[in-house]
Amino acid sequence: MEHLAVVAQGVSMTLLLTLSSLLFGAIGGVPLALGRRSRIALVRFIARALIELLRGIPPLAWLFIIYFGVGTGVIELSSFAAAVIGFGLVSSAYMAEIYRGGLTAIHEGQWEASDALGLSRAATLITVIGPQVLRVSIPAAATFAIGLLKDSSVASVIGVQDTIYWASHESTVSGDAIVPFLWAAGLYVAMTIPCAWATRLLDAKLRKRVAR
Amino acid sequence: MTFFNDWVEYFPDLLGGLGVSLQLTLVTLLMGLPAGLVLALGAGSKNRIVRVVSIGVIEVGRGTPALVVLQLFYFGLPSAGMTLTSFVAASLALAFTTAAYTSEIIRGGLQAVPNGEVEAAHALGMGRGDILRFVVIPQGVRIAIPPLMGFAIMVFQATSLAYTIAMPELMSQAYSIGSITFRYLSILTLAGLMYALITIPASSLSNFVEHRLARHR
Repeated sequence: MEHLAVVAQGVSMTLLLTLSSLLFGAIGGVPLALGRRSRIALVRFIARALIELLRGIPPLAWLFIIYFGVGTGVIELSSFAAAVIGFGLVSSAYMAEIYRGGLTAIHEGQWEASDALGLSRAATLITVIGPQVLRVSIPAAATFAIGLLKDSSVASVIGVQDTIYWASHESTVSGDAIVPFLWAAGLYVAMTIPCAWATRLLDAKLRKRVAR
Repeated sequence: MTFFNDWVEYFPDLLGGLGVSLQLTLVTLLMGLPAGLVLALGAGSKNRIVRVVSIGVIEVGRGTPALVVLQLFYFGLPSAGMTLTSFVAASLALAFTTAAYTSEIIRGGLQAVPNGEVEAAHALGMGRGDILRFVVIPQGVRIAIPPLMGFAIMVFQATSLAYTIAMPELMSQAYSIGSITFRYLSILTLAGLMYALITIPASSLSNFVEHRLARHR
């Protein structure tokens, strides 16, 4: 039991890192998703290439590029900032694909109706399509968020003091190489279960407020 | 043009690392996919104990970050009397995670096989084992191929985690060259692009296969 108190110190960092990266990705995904539907071919191509690169390179490689590559040569970055930027960028690409899926789920008639009402393209996106896309995207985004919570453990490699960081620390200090890691595993499982439960609840609640 | 010079100079070293990453991916999949099939069958078993144990393994495997499993296998098992080389530890740990995730993919595929096929096989007098072997598994696995290919790409990306247990794969090669030459940005970027060079064509291939297989249904 004495290991648990040490390992649990990292839980708040894991949650903070996950939420910050998710927020970064939820916002960063919007321009990427819109870029993929742009009328200009060059914009479409750039958005597509960015998404493919962000998703095709492992998160650990992104963290290294940002923390050691950019962080030592160009600007000074803390390990937490580097982790949020790295995971945030990767999340932007995944969220863009989720939004894109959501956009295709919106009925064509919604665009036509907005057109008929004389709304501009921007107004249509912001007031009519956007809110519905967000609503449709929630289940996929939640699945992604739970994956991100586990992937965030990679940030410990560049020194972010999250759950697994403290587990490694405790295992080195105490000489017990099994129990601290088992606690870490248990804590990650314990963090994902309420997340899954909360998103199901949120989904059910929002579903009631949407006309089908 | 220092960036380009670094790339030319260190490309061969990184290529060796990429080879190790690919080997690790292959070994992981060779162990993880059959285990995933066993777990998928176990989760659908009529025997309650088999079912509960399989589902327990799947849930633990999916709920625990691969990095935690990796550290547990590499640092934890020696104190239980089993010392593993970093390659064996990495492939076992990733295979465990792979088995848990792919079992769900395979289970989805098996469930997609129409029930009428199973009933028809019953009517022909086939036993349960034969029905699984000749009717359900060949079709179910075929349905599961595109998502399994997608997952294989994730496994390839996850091999970068083996950096933490001192395995000479692509990421650790890049990092050690970077720490010697202080050319972090150029070397790490090249390593990242080498990952992308495999993953991006591989995901187009998996999309292609998905469309191809969908054509016949």
